[in-house]
Amino acid sequence: MATTTDHHSAHGDVHAHDDHKPGFFSRWFMSTNHKDIGTLYLIFAIFAGIIGGAISGIMRLELDHPGIQVLASVNHFLGVTSATMDQNLHLWNVLITAHGLIMVFFMVMPAMIGGFGNWFVPIMIGAPDMAFPRMNNISFWLTVAGFCSLMISPFVPGGTGNGAGIGWTAYAPLSTSGSQGPAVDFAIFSLHLAGAGSIMGAINFITTILNMRAPGMTLHKMPLFVWSMLVTAFLLLLALPVLAAAITMLITDRNFGTTFFDASGGGDPVLFQHLFWFFGHPEVYIMILPGFGMISQIVSTFSKKPVFGYLGMAYAMVAIGVVGFVVWAHHMYTTGLSEDVKMYFTTATMVIAVPTGIKIFSWIATMWGGSISFKSPMVWAIGFIFLFTVGGVTGVVLANGGIDDNVQDTYYVVGHFHYVLSLGAVTALFAGFYYWFPKMSGRWHSELLSYLHFAVFFVGVNLIFFPMHFLGLQGMPRRYPDYAAAFEYWNHISTIGYKVMAASMVIFFVNIIYALVAGKKAEGNYWGEGANTLEWTLSSPPPFHQFETLPVIGDDDHH
Amino acid sequence: MTAASPSLTSAPRNRRVGLMAAGVALWMLALGYAAVPLYRIFCQATGYGGTPARASEIQASTVRELAGRTISIRFDSNIENGMPWHFAPERTTQTVKIGARSLALFDATNNSDHAITGAASYNIEPESAARYFTKIQCFCFTRQTLKAHEHVRMPVIFYVDPKLIEDPDARDVTQITLSYTFHPVAADKDAVAKGVTK
Repeated sequence: MATTTDHHSAHGDVHAHDDHKPGFFSRWFMSTNHKDIGTLYLIFAIFAGIIGGAISGIMRLELDHPGIQVLASVNHFLGVTSATMDQNLHLWNVLITAHGLIMVFFMVMPAMIGGFGNWFVPIMIGAPDMAFPRMNNISFWLTVAGFCSLMISPFVPGGTGNGAGIGWTAYAPLSTSGSQGPAVDFAIFSLHLAGAGSIMGAINFITTILNMRAPGMTLHKMPLFVWSMLVTAFLLLLALPVLAAAITMLITDRNFGTTFFDASGGGDPVLFQHLFWFFGHPEVYIMILPGFGMISQIVSTFSKKPVFGYLGMAYAMVAIGVVGFVVWAHHMYTTGLSEDVKMYFTTATMVIAVPTGIKIFSWIATMWGGSISFKSPMVWAIGFIFLFTVGGVTGVVLANGGIDDNVQDTYYVVGHFHYVLSLGAVTALFAGFYYWFPKMSGRWHSELLSYLHFAVFFVGVNLIFFPMHFLGLQGMPRRYPDYAAAFEYWNHISTIGYKVMAASMVIFFVNIIYALVAGKKAEGNYWGEGANTLEWTLSSPPPFHQFETLPVIGDDDHH
Repeated sequence: MTAASPSLTSAPRNRRVGLMAAGVALWMLALGYAAVPLYRIFCQATGYGGTPARASEIQASTVRELAGRTISIRFDSNIENGMPWHFAPERTTQTVKIGARSLALFDATNNSDHAITGAASYNIEPESAARYFTKIQCFCFTRQTLKAHEHVRMPVIFYVDPKLIEDPDARDVTQITLSYTFHPVAADKDAVAKGVTK
């Protein structure tokens, strides 16, 4: 147990200004407090998640039956009256693009890194705040500005119709000569803004974690969530600038006559894919590693045991990060790679299953023989371990260049990456949310509603995404609003699953409202024995400024 | 970090680490751009993506013809959408001796009433043979300007490197396709577009 004199109850002269909060506008619009910025990020991520989730609802409704049903009315809703069929089909591309970009850049990343990272990294290492509090503020508002830019794009021309229909991958030449109009520029610019914000956030996390740990908090004593954020920050720092370069080339190809990706000027469109996936593959680990960190904290807390194989767990994440940079072309098996190149990328990709497997087994070994209490975060965490493993297994299948030739761009791939992201990362987010919500807000959610939320969500998402494996193996291609009648059965099941999942979201919001309106006050360490990282030494919510006197971590403290 | 006010004492250290991290980000940004020429060099060196090799006259003179081994070369020609040129090989296939210097001719006619400058992009199929298909001279090395209604015959001088038969990935190749696509250069794109609407 770490020692600290900074209990909220210890109100002396020294702490008189602990809870001196600035006025509403300066507190929330000019915040430099890591907890406030974390809260802003979480609110923003929930807001973006509602929009991104609603878009996937439109997509599932359209895919309920063969033929084109709802796209025209959505176009009408967006202000395009009497849209042509081409415009309606273009809208489909706009929807899949927006769904992908929103969920990746404006939901999962802000929630994981901006939200929970900002909230708990400084506290867990015993620091008073982030290293660069003002830059933290800039990061957040750049992300918001990026989201605004993306939200403008559906209302301006983007080629066949309004909006950017380039997919989240923005492959050239579709994103260059294939899509005239400012919508695509707005969409690309939104990535510039969000990317700049994330790079600044990464610099902030790296500096905070390397420099501002409390006395005694060595790197090898850091909680695994902090480790996961450190690795994530390095991935962001190395991957995002490459995306920035690639999409800047897209912008200049589109507007200033360069030919980076235009064969007629000596460029190569495949180069864009290489640059994109050099960013894109680490990006998928950026989205899941903080989740790994949270799951480690939760499993350890509710098993009342330190994490099994702590160092192995930390370095497994480092290994995933390192190897994650040399596997990018497994997204490009069908671009004409030679057999040798395919063999390398197949092997390297499968190697990642080793550190990932270490993590899965270590979580199970942590639970093994532990005194497990099935509080809601633990239930979500176990759900995560199961769902992520399913996604991991299909990932190993897809890693094979030969198999991928057959299932590339089918629903099998969609099923795979939604199991690791929509079911993996999002389940981890909810686990973290229920784990820390009373800590952040000072009020208890309803555990009953949290269990219910999990049960309905679990059934819903599996109904949505498991049938996609069947559809993909039967050859249903992704990115189309229409399909052959033979695929209707499983698509219909999938749409039913969406409705179940949407119902679980209602439970989630009811739960938040309940907690904020009528939730019981939460004490400092409300999970009790097992919860032994530094955030549990503080009150709930923690004081506005924590650790005026730094906590000292003893030699025998464990993580 | 032992002092009571860590945020003060750690400020210079934070600045240093923060600047180092920012430097890494800038370095990766620069690498992203450096990838463009590096990728081109990589493709030329390995034939990746169907990039054929190039040789000077002197290099070509050292290559020996391989007795009794021939290979079929197919020529494919395309023009970018709307470009008012006619462009075609004089013979669509040619059987050549491996290692022998060979000549292929392409006909190009500008069907419009104004001069148009074109640049040809090119590719080899199958990719495994690309690094052995070696061009000594090609109209695609430079831009070609055709005056209004001008007709030209354009040569490609090439050989197939005998190392082809030692490469397990390429030695079974019996036919190599050389494909060209003519694009109007950027300055002429508007003129071409106008020509289409006429």
